[in-house]
Amino acid sequence: MTTEVVRPLTELQALESESIHIFREVAATFANPVLLFSGGKDSVVMLHLAAKAFWPAPIPFEVLHVDTGHNFDEVIEFRDEAVAFYGARLKVASVQDYIDDGRLTERPDGTRNPLQTVPLLDAITDGKHDAVFGGGRRDEERARAKERVFSLRDAFGQWDPRNQRPELWSLYNGRHLPGEHVRVFPLSNWTELDVWDYIAAEKINLPSIYYAHEREVINRDGMWIAVTPVTPAREGEQVEVRSVRYRTVGDMSCTAAVLSDATTVADVITEVGLSTITERGATRADDRLSEAAMEDRKREGYF
Amino acid sequence: MPPTPTAVTGGRTLLRLATAGSVDDGKSTLVGRLLYDTNSVLSDALDHVERVSKRRGLERADLALLTAGLRAEREQGITIDVAYRYFATPARKFILADCPGHVQYTRNTVTGSSTADVIVLLVDARNGVVEQTRRHLAVAALLRVPHVLLVVNKIDLVDYSEEVFTRIATDFALLARSLGVGETHCIPVSALEGDNVVTRSRRTPWYEGPTVLDFLESVDDTPTAVGAEFRFPVQHVIRPQNAPRAPWAASTPAVDGDYRGYAGKIESGRVRAGEEVVVLPRGRRAAIAGIDTPDGPLEAAVAGQSVVIRLNDDIDLSRGDILAATDAPPAPVRELTATVCWLAERSLAPGARVLVQHGTAITKAIVTGIEGTLDLDLGSQSRPSWVAADRLELNDIGRVRLTLASPLPIDSYREHRTTGAFILVDESDGWTLGAGMAGPSSLATVTTKDASSDLPEAPSSTHPEGGRP
Repeated sequence: MTTEVVRPLTELQALESESIHIFREVAATFANPVLLFSGGKDSVVMLHLAAKAFWPAPIPFEVLHVDTGHNFDEVIEFRDEAVAFYGARLKVASVQDYIDDGRLTERPDGTRNPLQTVPLLDAITDGKHDAVFGGGRRDEERARAKERVFSLRDAFGQWDPRNQRPELWSLYNGRHLPGEHVRVFPLSNWTELDVWDYIAAEKINLPSIYYAHEREVINRDGMWIAVTPVTPAREGEQVEVRSVRYRTVGDMSCTAAVLSDATTVADVITEVGLSTITERGATRADDRLSEAAMEDRKREGYF
Repeated sequence: MPPTPTAVTGGRTLLRLATAGSVDDGKSTLVGRLLYDTNSVLSDALDHVERVSKRRGLERADLALLTAGLRAEREQGITIDVAYRYFATPARKFILADCPGHVQYTRNTVTGSSTADVIVLLVDARNGVVEQTRRHLAVAALLRVPHVLLVVNKIDLVDYSEEVFTRIATDFALLARSLGVGETHCIPVSALEGDNVVTRSRRTPWYEGPTVLDFLESVDDTPTAVGAEFRFPVQHVIRPQNAPRAPWAASTPAVDGDYRGYAGKIESGRVRAGEEVVVLPRGRRAAIAGIDTPDGPLEAAVAGQSVVIRLNDDIDLSRGDILAATDAPPAPVRELTATVCWLAERSLAPGARVLVQHGTAITKAIVTGIEGTLDLDLGSQSRPSWVAADRLELNDIGRVRLTLASPLPIDSYREHRTTGAFILVDESDGWTLGAGMAGPSSLATVTTKDASSDLPEAPSSTHPEGGRP
């Protein structure tokens, strides 16, 4: 054997390889997986990794978008382009449909993120999906630090944090009973900065709202909210035009922008690397509801 | 379309850590300190900690709160499950498996250690090496974690005494030697005050070694798996009917109807195009025709990489098969003896039927015998011993004999930390029951007076055929 110097994999190589391994494990051992796709940067990275995992064959499962009906137009446009680019098949579960036919009622605060749970669980049941890929990362929020890569959900989509299977080596256990399904998080060990570094290294396209652009905004409780039909300016609020970008995409009613001049990936990486505010705290108004907000929604089957 | 970026982190590598300590050793504070001092705690998380600290009437921010996860734990002020933390320096990214002490200590430490490159153990300088330290180190030795770091915490509470530190370091070195652990390092620390965690303390002028972060940044990060023989469990067979357009891929697939690639992750060693390998469990030989990735074909690949391998032979492999180096490939076995860490509330007794998940293979198995359990109630003795037992209970570590329904080419865990490992799964409810390490134990051999008569037998009355083929 030749004596060559072997360098350890770089951080990004190691993370990519781990994620690809997870995607392949699921495709090989579950009957009908589905990948949740929002058009957000983590889900675009997921789609990219899924494409790499099965290349040169196409992605062997469907992509599911739970559409709140409150998405930015740029994101919906991007969603359709990205799904075609990676040769995937898209299914859409629409919160608006549920509201229109009375299966769901609009909340007084107008926020639709909590309303995604029912259409999501219905789509999982109707599609007979036994594995559901999510883009959740353990660095996102305190409750997620203990989430497994393979996370069992009962027939009600519930997560029981006190009753998780131990997960050892890279031996993932996806066994489940009929009616149960497994949430799978291939990006578990990635941080926000890793995601951006990977987007840069792999030249992955994102929705334009991730980069700085001028937009009419109002400053509400210290958060920059875009002026949209869903979030009009209230009496007495001052509308300003600012250079902003979004750090997450989602329901317009509860996703705030951050002031930014970052127009390129490199700018964003610099900004994220130096930033002193975590992603969720900065921009998801609904996580402020309570200290345990995320844990509550996870128990209910939220992503 | 964003412009071509400049690489920011370039050759940064990844190091996996596990931490373990007893209750009140200050582990959460140490972890909080590492996150805080590497600027991995962002302002809103810190705001939260300051708010809660103030509400509890504390004088300063309790950094331990940074790592408090679930509500139940916050209410009870304890950690109950392995939590993963992330921090980074320009040189390395760290994934830290934070393993809570007490109740579920074996389950948690085994889980955290299974993937760790470094285990960080904590002791309270006032107490020195205690029972829990011995247990944690024994588990780390059993799981073959390559590097061991002892943090002698609360050194401020013994007036930064060199004498106290030296005594603890000596005790620990003796313990490590008795457990067969190679190199260990000890660092005097006050996690609360920040001494020697990230910044060097002026209050320990007698200590000339690295800080905790210096140590973690400089410890050899070449995965031990790279040095072992080549192993590649086949995960998934890639047989595209046609070549779909892949505009996102750097390399254009040269695919026709005959393309047959084996997707998997190299678990150990390295492989080169053209090299001969053995296909297990069949034992047939074939040569590597190509190593494919969407980023372009590779001449060679190493442990940790996920690739697609083609063979220049028509043999049809499937998931569960393993490609191995021709030199010393593991023999497929039906009878297996292994060290098993039992992770479930229900107990394990001879005659039990379980599933064995190894690499990408899964097979039914019957427990034919339990040879003993590891006695970690060490008392004054530092070397654990095996004692006779006829069942395994939660958190027990035992020697277990299994008969497998189909032969598995399983390595000895001592040489192969990945392909020597397996998990035991309950066939009916799917629960992960135990963590198995094949072959002789890393710690000690089972010493029974008379092996043949002391070994418990499977109750033949309930399983007359014992599931044997």
